[in-house]
Amino acid sequence: MQYLLLIYGNEAQWDTKAEADRSAILKEYGDFTKSIAQSGHYRGGNELNVTSTATTVRVRDKKRLVTDGPFAETKEQLGGYYLVEAKNLDEAIDLAARIPSARWGSIEVRPIIPHDMP
Amino acid sequence: MDGIRLDRISLDRVNLDMERIFREESGRILATLIRLLGSFDLAEETMQEAFTAALEHWPEQGVPANPRAWLISTAQHKGVDLLRRRARFDSKREELQKIAALEQQLADADEAMRRHDLTSTGRNNDGRSNDDRMSDDPFGDDRLRLIFTCCHPALAPEAQVALTLRTLCGLTTDEIARSFLVPLPTMAQRLVRAKGKIRAANIPYQVPPERDLSARLDSVLLVIYLVFNEGYSATSGDNPIRHELCAEAIRLGRILCLLLPRQTEARALLALMLLHDSRRNARTRDNGEPLLLEEQSRDLWNQEQIREGLTLVESVLQDGPPGPYALQAAIAAIHARARQAEETDWRQIVALYELLIAMEPSPVVQLNHAAAVAMAEGPAAGLRLIDDLETNTDLRDYYLLPAARADLLRRLERWPQAAEAYRRALALASNDSARKFLSRRLSEMEAQTHGTLSPASSDRELSLPRTSTAETEYK
Repeated sequence: MQYLLLIYGNEAQWDTKAEADRSAILKEYGDFTKSIAQSGHYRGGNELNVTSTATTVRVRDKKRLVTDGPFAETKEQLGGYYLVEAKNLDEAIDLAARIPSARWGSIEVRPIIPHDMP
Repeated sequence: MDGIRLDRISLDRVNLDMERIFREESGRILATLIRLLGSFDLAEETMQEAFTAALEHWPEQGVPANPRAWLISTAQHKGVDLLRRRARFDSKREELQKIAALEQQLADADEAMRRHDLTSTGRNNDGRSNDDRMSDDPFGDDRLRLIFTCCHPALAPEAQVALTLRTLCGLTTDEIARSFLVPLPTMAQRLVRAKGKIRAANIPYQVPPERDLSARLDSVLLVIYLVFNEGYSATSGDNPIRHELCAEAIRLGRILCLLLPRQTEARALLALMLLHDSRRNARTRDNGEPLLLEEQSRDLWNQEQIREGLTLVESVLQDGPPGPYALQAAIAAIHARARQAEETDWRQIVALYELLIAMEPSPVVQLNHAAAVAMAEGPAAGLRLIDDLETNTDLRDYYLLPAARADLLRRLERWPQAAEAYRRALALASNDSARKFLSRRLSEMEAQTHGTLSPASSDRELSLPRTSTAETEYK
């Protein structure tokens, strides 16, 4: 069964980290991704650009509303995701706990509802 | 016994047997059915149908030698029937495969049962009886799987409690709603959502692996303790359901100790609950007002529960460094051992609270510690600690803090200040028995201030109310 692991963290905090710390964390991410690819769990994943680069689109009464920024201002912001295949929730939780950002941010584990491709 | 009609007396005995079987076995049967059928709802539904079938057939045919196996097998058959009826020709392939797999499983189980009936005398090489082998998984008791699943951290704590009571203890949704003073539809919705989460997120039906067991066990122990506290604290009125809850919590505690004999904290929790529960009959006056620990008639304390609790505490303390439940149980043991309040070893209690604070520095524990210090070293010493606690905003709305302060001031005979503190406590207290007690104290303080209280009453040395969650000896 597939789960989306949504990685939330405080962007402002990331900005305050020293360059050396950031490289170390990025290396950790690389190692993690490689490891779950090898174990057969990895189905996809990406780092997202910061929320100041986001645009929100809504269509109401056929009118298109386009605004600057994420859909809502939150204390922690979505910074990336992994799509994984896991036996059950416990396995997905174990994977989520290994994501570097889990140590200072939050990882949301969301079950995927499978739909057949049209 | 086919076709033999039983007379009236035998029929009644069969009915009583069946009631007992249903009550004792339903948790275990449900746990096994969830594993076999792969669904909480289907397991509940088919178990109900199996019980109905038993009610129809057993009075005539007699209670089977193997009631649990009979009920499980019947429920399994009904489960497959139900799934077949609900499946349609265009059902997803996986659903049809699942039904086929269940039918095969059932056929295998039926065959095994037939062979055992023909060949064995009831016990096999591993010493387990036939009905154990028939219905249990060779890898352990299904109740353990069930309790760990119900108490999974991915479920909201109140959902963990509700699901545990519903499935393991067999309480009805209505009984659970009334126990927690929650409207029935809310409680029903809570259960539906919890089962939905288990299904949708695929929470596995298993005992956690060794490396996770301790941490996951903490959730289970907390749920059991919450259930016990709910029954013990009687936040409103005299709800008979309350006694049920304590009994169920103790029952769950026993099952846990039986199935996880090496888990010391599980034994410690059982000891703690037994020692608290032993005071059940001594805790209230005739008018329903709660009696402080020191006011209780100790000859009303249940000595059998105390003996069992003390034995458990001793075995727990021999098992190495104590955990939080072990410490709380040890404190309860000191109270239980004192035949009169004056014999209580308060210094030991203070020492134990200091160890507990190091592990769980919650404000409640610190307040209990202050109360114990007051008993061991005098009110002034306790007051100093309580003054420190007043700076903690978490305790802002906690009526027991000003109440504790008030009691110490009363013992120091600082009447007007005590009255002020009792007033603050009353403003925060919401439960009836506490309010009655605090009002009475407030009147006493006001009378003292105006010199109208007789010396006899003011000499009564009553001690501080206990303030830990289960130990509030007001009630």
